[in-house]
Amino acid sequence: MALQSLDIAQRSATTTAMPQVRKTVEVAKLIDVSACIGCKACQAACMEWNDLRPEVGRNVGIYDNPQDLDDKTWTLMRFTEVEQENGLEWLIRKDGCMHCEDPGCLKACPAPGAIVQYSNGIVDFHQENCIGCGYCVTGCPFDVPRISKTDNKAYKCTLCSDRVAVGQAPACAKVCPTGAITFGAKEDMIHHAETRIADLKERGYSNAGLYDPKGVGGTHVMYVLHHADKPTLYAGLPKNPSISATVALWKGVAKPLALFALGAAAVGSLLHYVMKGPNQVSKEIEDEVEKEDAQ
Amino acid sequence: MTNHWVDIKNADLVLIMGGNAAEAHVCGFKWVQEAKQDRKAKLVVVDPRFTRSAAVADYYAPIRAGSDIAFLSGVINYLLENDQIQHEYVKAHTNAPFLIDPDFGFKDGVFTGYNADKRSYNKATWGYQLDENGFARVDPSMQDPNCVLQLMKRHFARYDADTVSRITGTPKDAFLKICGMIAECANPKRTMTILYALGWTQHSIGSQNIRTMAMIQLLLGNMGMAGGGVNALRGHANVQGITDMCLYSEVLPGYLGSPTEADGGLDAFLVKRTPKMLRPGQMNYWSNYPKFMVSLLKAFYGNNATPYNDFRFDWLPKSDGAYDVLAMFERMHQGRMNGFVCQGFNPLASVANKTKVSAALSKLKFLVVIDPLATDTSEFWKNYGEHNDVDPTQIQTEVIRLPAALFAEHEGSFTNSGRVIQWHWKAADGPGETREDTAILGELYTRLRALYAAEGGAFPDPVLGLHWPYRIPTHPSSVELNREISGYAISDLADASGNVTVKAGQQLAGFAALRDDGSTACGNWLYSGMWSEAGNLTARRDNEDPSGLGQTLKWGFAWPANRRILYNRASCDANGKPWDPARSVIHWNGKAWGGNDIPDMRPNADPAESVGAFIMTGEGVARLFAPGMAEGPFPEHYEPFETPLGRNPMHPDVPAVTSNPAARVYQGDMEMFGTADEFPYVATTYRLAEHFHFWTKTSKLNAILQPEHFVEISEALAKEKGIRKGDVVRVRSNRGQIKAVAVVTKRIPVLDVDGRKVHTVGIPLHFGFKGETKPGYITNTLTPYVGDANSQTPEYKAFLVDIEKA
Amino acid sequence: MIRDPRDLQRYTASERANHWMVGICFILLALSGLAFFHPALYPLAELFGGGAWARILHPWIGVIMAVLFVVMFIRFAGNNTMGAADWDWLSKIDRMVDGDDHDMPAQGKYNGGQKLLFWLLSISMVLLTVSGVIMWRSQFDFSTGLIRLAVVVHAASAAFMIGLILMHVYAAIWTRGTVRAMLYGTVTRAWAKQHHREWYRQMTGKN
Repeated sequence: MALQSLDIAQRSATTTAMPQVRKTVEVAKLIDVSACIGCKACQAACMEWNDLRPEVGRNVGIYDNPQDLDDKTWTLMRFTEVEQENGLEWLIRKDGCMHCEDPGCLKACPAPGAIVQYSNGIVDFHQENCIGCGYCVTGCPFDVPRISKTDNKAYKCTLCSDRVAVGQAPACAKVCPTGAITFGAKEDMIHHAETRIADLKERGYSNAGLYDPKGVGGTHVMYVLHHADKPTLYAGLPKNPSISATVALWKGVAKPLALFALGAAAVGSLLHYVMKGPNQVSKEIEDEVEKEDAQ
Repeated sequence: MTNHWVDIKNADLVLIMGGNAAEAHVCGFKWVQEAKQDRKAKLVVVDPRFTRSAAVADYYAPIRAGSDIAFLSGVINYLLENDQIQHEYVKAHTNAPFLIDPDFGFKDGVFTGYNADKRSYNKATWGYQLDENGFARVDPSMQDPNCVLQLMKRHFARYDADTVSRITGTPKDAFLKICGMIAECANPKRTMTILYALGWTQHSIGSQNIRTMAMIQLLLGNMGMAGGGVNALRGHANVQGITDMCLYSEVLPGYLGSPTEADGGLDAFLVKRTPKMLRPGQMNYWSNYPKFMVSLLKAFYGNNATPYNDFRFDWLPKSDGAYDVLAMFERMHQGRMNGFVCQGFNPLASVANKTKVSAALSKLKFLVVIDPLATDTSEFWKNYGEHNDVDPTQIQTEVIRLPAALFAEHEGSFTNSGRVIQWHWKAADGPGETREDTAILGELYTRLRALYAAEGGAFPDPVLGLHWPYRIPTHPSSVELNREISGYAISDLADASGNVTVKAGQQLAGFAALRDDGSTACGNWLYSGMWSEAGNLTARRDNEDPSGLGQTLKWGFAWPANRRILYNRASCDANGKPWDPARSVIHWNGKAWGGNDIPDMRPNADPAESVGAFIMTGEGVARLFAPGMAEGPFPEHYEPFETPLGRNPMHPDVPAVTSNPAARVYQGDMEMFGTADEFPYVATTYRLAEHFHFWTKTSKLNAILQPEHFVEISEALAKEKGIRKGDVVRVRSNRGQIKAVAVVTKRIPVLDVDGRKVHTVGIPLHFGFKGETKPGYITNTLTPYVGDANSQTPEYKAFLVDIEKA
Repeated sequence: MIRDPRDLQRYTASERANHWMVGICFILLALSGLAFFHPALYPLAELFGGGAWARILHPWIGVIMAVLFVVMFIRFAGNNTMGAADWDWLSKIDRMVDGDDHDMPAQGKYNGGQKLLFWLLSISMVLLTVSGVIMWRSQFDFSTGLIRLAVVVHAASAAFMIGLILMHVYAAIWTRGTVRAMLYGTVTRAWAKQHHREWYRQMTGKN
């Protein structure tokens, strides 16, 4: 949390309009998977900048460490060995929050202001408003947010919103030694990606392309992939991510409709009562019983 | 590096072989990406494993660990056979046209002059044919059967593609494809850079690995060129600095030879070391050897060193044998070395054959460890269960730990792989009782001096007579030391016409000002000029780069003389015109040499004078034929001392040349070599990007990223051995065993070598029993105690093991 | 309210206690659940000490309710088996709603509407409990896909159940003389004779 409230463009569990007087430049982080050597400097920088220290784990027979994202691991290199027609490839993808333009986490979140999206596109969690329900996990098409086992708050990459707020690139981009991670205006990043894709195509990767999935309105973390036609090769990057239909249903029109129905039922009952009157015991039966008693 | 980090971006082809730049030189690897992205360079990786470098390569080929000379010799053969060499360059800048002694020859795997008993060569026949003036004879047509080029053609013809593939396991088509890519760089307008590291040096034929590549670069005309060169990526921020400053026993600062008892006095020493000119009119820059040596002695002994006492040459220690790391632990092991000051070094973890090192340390009377960290070595005596199973009651060594400040806790300079010396400033105070290394040594020295002054001793003079001019004697500052290393005038220096150009006490502008009369002092001639009267040039941070080549001459100070690309005269043809004007390093402007670098040439040497580009050799050209090498003037494939084949496929019937015939093997160590019947798999050790040597296992951040010792094996071997990923496995060599987690991967290829399948077991080296990482074994428990014949660097990269599920 | 010793005992004290414990749980669950159901209702979370407390308490209250509901289910299930008369009653419910109940079929202790409500509430309770457990992240670790399904089921069945309870409450209020059954345990004979004649017969032996 670092940008100003003035920059909040979307806010979880909030139905009124957000401030709109100014618009910041849309930013994006571009991860050129074809230039990534999997050194994990980004992971180290993320831990250092954010002062995170997950537990020292074990080796389970792979290079991925820690083995998964967690509350203290906001970004993670995922290594995949793939045998393709032109030989072995070691695909290394930096996983983490994609900062969707249409964020499923924010949509799913029931706590007002626990998740915000700034007008520059960064999706940020404000832990002081987080109630720990985990709905954001349900809403995310990329399986990114993690709930802490100790404090039950949700955590994920902030895109270093604190750094970006003062004109700095995210720590991972700053530290990336090969320039595989770059950061800037989304428009510029797309332009840069185009030059990278042209280079990859020259090198024989005819399906090279940009991963900026439309199903979530585009993302503010984008990938250059050598095999953009097969994103799932990269440790299961979803091909057409979108907010799950069940979540969309749950958080879409169904709820207002249900509320309306319940309200209507309550109001209808009242009207029924005043229009039809109470269902009293009939005079005849009262009399019958009284008669019995008199006997 | 003959070139420098930034210059990698100027290459058209980047070959990574004998190294894994993306893994071990992560930051420098950015320049490879620049070359790829901005210059459309291709990246080729040749390695026993599909590495992180291979992950971003345009082409990868597997190779059996320890067979690089066969591969590279095959490349030479390909270039010669297909006439893909840069003829003009080879003719102008190498000794290809030089005529060699007709008695020189090569038979049954050895060159002439081999003495099997001594395992060494008499190099009498390894020389040029000399004319009546003592100059080497040349045949500019390069047709004479005894000229170097023709000798090379004959020598390397044996390395045809099939033979190469049979020895290396590299598929023939992959080998030929890479040959083709390399051959394109014979074009003067295309360059290849080669990035290597310990994957080439840590072999019993390590020096020849590198030399073979140097020959390729010369044939292609890539030495001295922007984007070319032979580039050793050093494994430490300052390992280039320690090499230059002689933290090795066999050299003095600036690669001056360390005197031996056989050298006699200073004059004899200088005569022996100062090379003669072998072609007329050459610079033969080593002819300045006496100036460098005398200035060094003046720095050592100050006013005590005078022309009348041979500048106290007699005070220098004279070595009575080898004192390289293997020799040192051998002495300790034999009980002939009883005390050991171990500064910034963790030999228990980093020297081959941990069991032997541990036994050697156990025989010491005292061990002083000067280190910022509590190293494995400092606790070699402590029982850490199976990971360091020793009995402390049986070890009498007294261990003293002196906590030192880390590099960021004091100021000083680093010399990077590209020979750029860069000042660094102190960032924080060291914790607790840590002190700077110079303070620890200063304290040690002043106390020793007081003891010697009070008590005398066997030979107190060199200690008492040492020049120690520091303001705080117990704590020489980095500023004082760097000024002294750079050099200063002791008395006024006058030029040829008698005008005083440098006043007494002033800093020297460079090594050209050094004198052999005792009027200059210089701690390391190569570093001369880094702290001139203009100030501390290593602290410069101006990244101005007018050429766009990344030369940045105002950033720090590169040795020698702030030169960024060595041999840059060779980037021009015989007339002084750049081979590639688009990447012009220097050129002859009609009156002088100049351009985008400090010329590696006398500035006014008209090309018509035919002054050779390789100014450090007596012949002025680069040596394709190099008699300086211990195991031969040409490279030859020899198997690692532990070979999966049991024979040298180049000489299958000559068991004596299975492995390097000139490598030194200690008694007892030969018996400790394993054989393929018991240890069938080739093992190779290496670094990981997540760690740095044995330091970062003490850092939680790094431990999180790579927490536990593992070994890498192919899916095929795993299947054969019933090992699944994540299983704990036992890896055994003839010297010991380790246990680690199995990483089963497609990235370890199974190779077809000499008619059999060869499996590789990859073993990262970073783990041990001390630190934040999970307690583990020390990888060097497994490695053999034998080194390269020239440098004695241990053969960590190719040995034999067996593996099984633990 | 005049107590009459001849009033009919409809619920025992422990049945009443059981019902109201379930009822209180339901109210707490509905209030806290609705806080998460729609932003407009989020302020309800303040009743529980804020969003995080509402999140913490809601599932525990759910566990209590589920247990008590099971007890109640066991108590009442026997009287809630649907018969032909119940379906007949249900088919004429529109007349009932219209206030004209003079020829509704005679009902036992529970009428068809009550019985149907009982079963629908029971089904809702099962759905809510199972989906609630799946969603309960602080205690369990189910797959995201399953949780996605669970949240929809939970929300839908909760809304449905709230609707049912609204109907239940309104029916109790609308039918005068009913609420006392759950407060004092007794109803008047006239009430019983009018609304549950069959039960009246069983209880009094009269017609």
